[in-house]
Amino acid sequence: MSDVDTLTPVLTKDWGTDRSWTLPVYESRGGYASLKKALTMAQDDIIAAVKDSGLRGRGGAGFPTGMKWSFIPQDNPKPKYLVVNADESEPGTCKDTPLMMASPHVLVEGVIISSFAIRANTAFIYIRGEILHVIRRVQAAVAEAYAAGHLGTNIHGSGYDLDIVVHAGAGAYICGEETALLEGLEGRRGQPRLRPPFPAVAGLYASPTVINNVESIASVPSIIEHGAEWFASMGTEKSKGYGIFSLSGHVTRPGQYEAPLGITLRELIGLSGGMREGHQLKFWTPGGSSTPLLTDEHLDLPLDFEGMAGAGTMLGTRAIQLFDETTCVVRAVLRWTEFYKHESCGKCTPCREGTWWLVQTLAAIERGEGSEADLDLLLDQCENILGRSFCALGDGATSPISSSIQYFRDEYVAHLTHGGCPLDPAASTVWGSSLTRSGA
Amino acid sequence: MTTTPEKAGTQGAVETVSVTIDGVQVDVPKDTLVIRAAEQIGVQIPRFCDHPLLAPAGACRQCLVEVPDAGNGRGFPKPQASCTLPVADGMVVNTQATSESADKAQQGVMEFLLINHPLDCPVCDKGGECPLQNQAMSNGRGESRFVGSGSGGVKRTFPKPINLSPQVLLDRERCIVCQRCTRFAEEIPGDPFIALVERGAQQQIGIAENAPFLSYFAGNTIQICPVGALTSESYRFRSRPFDLVSTPAVAEHDACGSAIRVDHRRGKVMRRLAGNDPEVNEEWITDKDRFAFTYATEPDRLTYPQVRDAGGALRPASWPEAFSVAARGLADARAAGGVGVLTGGRLTGEDAYAYSKFARVALGTNDIDFRARPHSAEEADFLAAHVVATGPDGPAGGSVTYGDLESAATVVLVGFEPEDEAGAIFLRLRKAALHSGTRVLSIAPFTTRGLSKMHGTLIPTAPGDEPGAISSLLGHAEHGVDATSVILVGERLATVPGAFSAVADLVAKSGARVAWVPRRAGDRGALETGCLPTLLPGGRPVADAQARVDAATAWGVDSLPEKAGRDGDAIVAALGAGELAGLVIGGVDPADTADPAATTAAIERARFVVALDVRASDVTRAADVVFPVAPVVDKAGTYVNWEGRPRPFEAVLGAPSSLPDLRVLAGIAEELGATLGFRTVAEVWSQMEDIGPWDGARATMTPVSAPTKDPLGDPAEGLLLSTWKQLLDQGTMQAGDKHLAATARPAVAKVGRTVYDALGPTVTLTGERGSVTLPAEPVDDMVDGVVWVPSNSSGLGLLTDLAPPGARLTISGGDA
Amino acid sequence: MSLTTETRAELEQIAARYPQKRSGLLPMLHLVQSVEGRVTPEGIETCAEILEISPAEVSGVATFYTMYKRKPVGDYHVGVCTNTLCAVMGGDEIFAKLKDHLDVGNDETTEEEPGKKSITLEHLECNAACDYAPVMMVNWEFMDNQTPDSAVKVVDDLRAGKEVTSTRGPRICSWREAERVLAGFPDDRVDEGPAAGEASLLGLRIAADRGWTAPSDNASGRTGTEPTTAEGAVEEADTARAETETKQQEAADE
Repeated sequence: MSDVDTLTPVLTKDWGTDRSWTLPVYESRGGYASLKKALTMAQDDIIAAVKDSGLRGRGGAGFPTGMKWSFIPQDNPKPKYLVVNADESEPGTCKDTPLMMASPHVLVEGVIISSFAIRANTAFIYIRGEILHVIRRVQAAVAEAYAAGHLGTNIHGSGYDLDIVVHAGAGAYICGEETALLEGLEGRRGQPRLRPPFPAVAGLYASPTVINNVESIASVPSIIEHGAEWFASMGTEKSKGYGIFSLSGHVTRPGQYEAPLGITLRELIGLSGGMREGHQLKFWTPGGSSTPLLTDEHLDLPLDFEGMAGAGTMLGTRAIQLFDETTCVVRAVLRWTEFYKHESCGKCTPCREGTWWLVQTLAAIERGEGSEADLDLLLDQCENILGRSFCALGDGATSPISSSIQYFRDEYVAHLTHGGCPLDPAASTVWGSSLTRSGA
Repeated sequence: MTTTPEKAGTQGAVETVSVTIDGVQVDVPKDTLVIRAAEQIGVQIPRFCDHPLLAPAGACRQCLVEVPDAGNGRGFPKPQASCTLPVADGMVVNTQATSESADKAQQGVMEFLLINHPLDCPVCDKGGECPLQNQAMSNGRGESRFVGSGSGGVKRTFPKPINLSPQVLLDRERCIVCQRCTRFAEEIPGDPFIALVERGAQQQIGIAENAPFLSYFAGNTIQICPVGALTSESYRFRSRPFDLVSTPAVAEHDACGSAIRVDHRRGKVMRRLAGNDPEVNEEWITDKDRFAFTYATEPDRLTYPQVRDAGGALRPASWPEAFSVAARGLADARAAGGVGVLTGGRLTGEDAYAYSKFARVALGTNDIDFRARPHSAEEADFLAAHVVATGPDGPAGGSVTYGDLESAATVVLVGFEPEDEAGAIFLRLRKAALHSGTRVLSIAPFTTRGLSKMHGTLIPTAPGDEPGAISSLLGHAEHGVDATSVILVGERLATVPGAFSAVADLVAKSGARVAWVPRRAGDRGALETGCLPTLLPGGRPVADAQARVDAATAWGVDSLPEKAGRDGDAIVAALGAGELAGLVIGGVDPADTADPAATTAAIERARFVVALDVRASDVTRAADVVFPVAPVVDKAGTYVNWEGRPRPFEAVLGAPSSLPDLRVLAGIAEELGATLGFRTVAEVWSQMEDIGPWDGARATMTPVSAPTKDPLGDPAEGLLLSTWKQLLDQGTMQAGDKHLAATARPAVAKVGRTVYDALGPTVTLTGERGSVTLPAEPVDDMVDGVVWVPSNSSGLGLLTDLAPPGARLTISGGDA
Repeated sequence: MSLTTETRAELEQIAARYPQKRSGLLPMLHLVQSVEGRVTPEGIETCAEILEISPAEVSGVATFYTMYKRKPVGDYHVGVCTNTLCAVMGGDEIFAKLKDHLDVGNDETTEEEPGKKSITLEHLECNAACDYAPVMMVNWEFMDNQTPDSAVKVVDDLRAGKEVTSTRGPRICSWREAERVLAGFPDDRVDEGPAAGEASLLGLRIAADRGWTAPSDNASGRTGTEPTTAEGAVEEADTARAETETKQQEAADE
């Protein structure tokens, strides 16, 4: 492991190349070689390679991708489908969007190989509707791939047929949940489905369906090209390979850093030039707002599935939002809670009603109203939502609240004693701090 | 039951699994949901979205339980929704009764449900029978923490209420979005005209602009709503549940025999609800069954007997006087040529029996017919040979049941549109098509919405061509019928010569089973009790001397009339010709009969008419003696549904002066010197039991062949009339509820696309009896040369205004 | 206003892209917006007809997703991210400034003025560009690293009809044209703008500077360490939810 570099650009490697989104540029840099190789392989060998690589889902949950593929019952006579979850909406998450904008073909190539492996003849890329230029780039990449014979019937003489449909969503965070996404893709309200049956058995159109995140699928060509061992040479014991880490907030240079899993936040902050000058890290999310907050005590934990679980949080989407001491944690948490309330699909009681109440309680505290007993009430509300709601959205809504009260109870109390927020919101803006950040 | 197809497969032993709930071990069938397994040991887990007849949703999360062992030695880390969790062998479940964590989870969910609930129970219709209210008391916290939290909780509010339809109202702030109503609408009748709209805390039930919730079954959503969010215009704010007296009853509007519950307060029916009869209507009824009950309290309700005075005007009379006048008049008429008996579809089996016996014993005639609609001798033959005295438990073997519709591989509909004519059958067939793979075939001129919802296939057939279409099913490559099939024959088939014969032939050759589905609640009972010129009670053929002796013996009379009687049309003709002098008529609307003008004229012409009815009508106004009789709500009785299943019920209201037909007939008979031997419903029932069904030879059917050439004129001219009554129309038993009436489908003429394109949005149809002008609606698969118009949704009804079914019409665009 | 036969044909074309036509509903509603400027009752009815579902079902979908608008949208849709990170970094100030400057509230459109384009202002949830905070979207194109002043300039330019270009994308088209692309009818702007913005390239640049790369092909890590059962995988995966469900599945399987 020690011989692996700190940053390992694979998915990001072409992003700086002129017209990287076009087929000629992608192919000139080795693109679609993996597809040609894959088409000569036995389909089960591709699944085995992805299994062996240790690739775990990059959309947040970290379920082994190859195992997900192997759940597809190949004796089921119904058509099989691959659906790419490109509904990137988790607050803080901003990796799939630049990936699809700069390198749509690596996704398309991954889709073809993955579909071939699971014997799907139709694949869908469900992209959130609010990223128009990304949708253009993926639409164009798919069109180019058809024109080049990478898609369509009898791909490169293999006898294998595949169609890809690019599907624009219409504004619903919940569609990042895989069964809600399927509902959206079937032209319905994006409300999660009862499981079982699981999508692998009865997903899209009640047919066997694999749903994978963009980054997971985009990682497949590299595994085919370089091998499972190569992929497994990066990362940690149970969190293999590379991943894109997105740093945002009060660091000197927010941005995308592709590194082996297990890198620490201290290393990443170092690469990004440190926290903005004159300020210190106060709290951060390891993988989006649904992952419980951490603080500066956690700078040296490995950013992998196990390291984060050990700290009571989750690796999630490696969406690292960093906030310095100018930021009011109550304000931050209230705003996330408002987000969950806005995005709750409404299907189940704890999430629909619970977020409604949480926002009211938190807003009152932020205004300095209410009492300290409300903090315990908040925690009890969270307990009544967590694990009681229909899907993980409700669970996610409780993460920022429970974790922030765990680490910053005093700050909550300070709002009550101070009669409102003791901090100046202007100080946390990009331009409001007297010590403006350099770089970028 | 040898014809039961393999897929039924329910006869085999059901695999069971053993689970432990609250420390009690219980064996339940595999795949049982935990929430229902718990019911087996008497533990009621609170729930809202769960409904046993709807697919599991897991939405409300009220039914959370602790599962320390899923059956594999490992438990679930978090509480589980028991309404979506199937049992597994060895599973251990702890409900709120034994688990603190389950109890806390349930209290937490209940608290969430109540934060946005208005708590307006004192003014809410549901208060007192509200699952939310009840379960908040049993499984909720005593005090809400919402109002005391933060700066005091602010509830979501909506302006209220909104009309989902002219009948169904929604108070959105009361709604807990359990989705029972939307799931019902989509899953059960297939009418997804209500849907969840908006999102999150703003999520609510809604309709699209200009597209109200017009489902024949909409009222069921009100009943299954676990809060007071859905109410009906008819009942809203009318009474409190604890002031109501509930009585189980049977719906009187069709032949389904649907179980209902009638709620009354101080002698007045306030509302009706679906009963729960898994073998019949499950828990659903049509809106007609639910809302159409105010006909009995219309101002034209008859309340005292009347006799015609010397001056020719009807005047009130005492009961004894009326009996005496009626008896005298009937005796004279009997002597002057005879008396016919016409009965309508509202009769209970007991009342029908009384008419049947009255005709034979008191009037000495077989001139009796219950078919107050177009009918035929072929139909009577068919009923005698194939229908009468069959039933689920009948001596002639198991008749077709609701359950059989689900296990049948194929169900053929002919002369029958279930959604309009028998709502419970429609729902059962849709369920069969969706969940059991039953294939529904309809011999009809176009694909109705109802047929689409049953995922059925049309066998396109013009009126009159049914015999050929029926015969073609034998050995048909695509639509073949065999012993796993069921044929449902509607009463309308009587208008097509040869059709019943073709059905009988198909049944004989294919081994398929057949059932006859009349439209009216009383028809099957009238058949069973002998309200036909050719049948005595219990299916005894008049033509069979042994059967006559059998009935005469039971009735304690020397003999019964031997001569086959006149059927309804013949009675009308004989009255018109002066061959018959008198008429006893009960519950007949001349507009329903084959020739309304002839029927009306016959009543006018008759020397002496005794009318028994609930409400004043042209018939009672023309009668010489009028007896008020009890509407079904005032009396006990029995309907026999299309399956042949007796559906007994008790009186809902005790109205001493409201007498059933049978009591009136007994009174007249006594004055005639012919004792019927009964004065009460119970006495009639006991007589019917004593007589029982005929165990001698069944009547056989003489086949009628279909006419070989079109008897109705040159096919190149005009259009053939296809028609039936829509569920909601101008029927007299729907009077008095304008909200219900507003949900009826409008009168339109359905025509083929080419006719529509040629003639435009309004058409005028002209037939032998007149013209009607209606909006036209194009139907893509309408058989060429056919137009469909609802029978009784406009004017005086088609039989009066236009032409009989199957007649040839001319059509023109616009107003004539 | 009434949908033309051409629009109807395009709606049917969208539905035909999918194995089951109802899947076309989301892009179809985007197309309705591109033609009608919002989701109209007529658009709902037409979609329902084509897909053979009820208008209520279409209405349920049209009101679920936030990109579908029931009030007419202006020539340009301007969204300001006010989710936590952008809000903290200045999004709240930008949004307040624009409300004041345009004299509109959230989800409101500027009044029609002769010679001026109209703008609908809305605050947004996270738009997946957090490394460019505070972020503004114009017709769903990125306007990165905004300040109150830069945002005011953007909306002023838009109102004046000047050409505005995304900070890492193409020239801004109209909202209706954007909706047409979302419906799956591409325009000709795909090749405009760069591959990536500067923040997206930071890691790549550092790696290039320091000579860091992914390992060579002969690198070898230990494989076969992944769990062999779903149960094991779930225990290592991140969500308690997945765990519950898999256990449920296993229970059902047994």
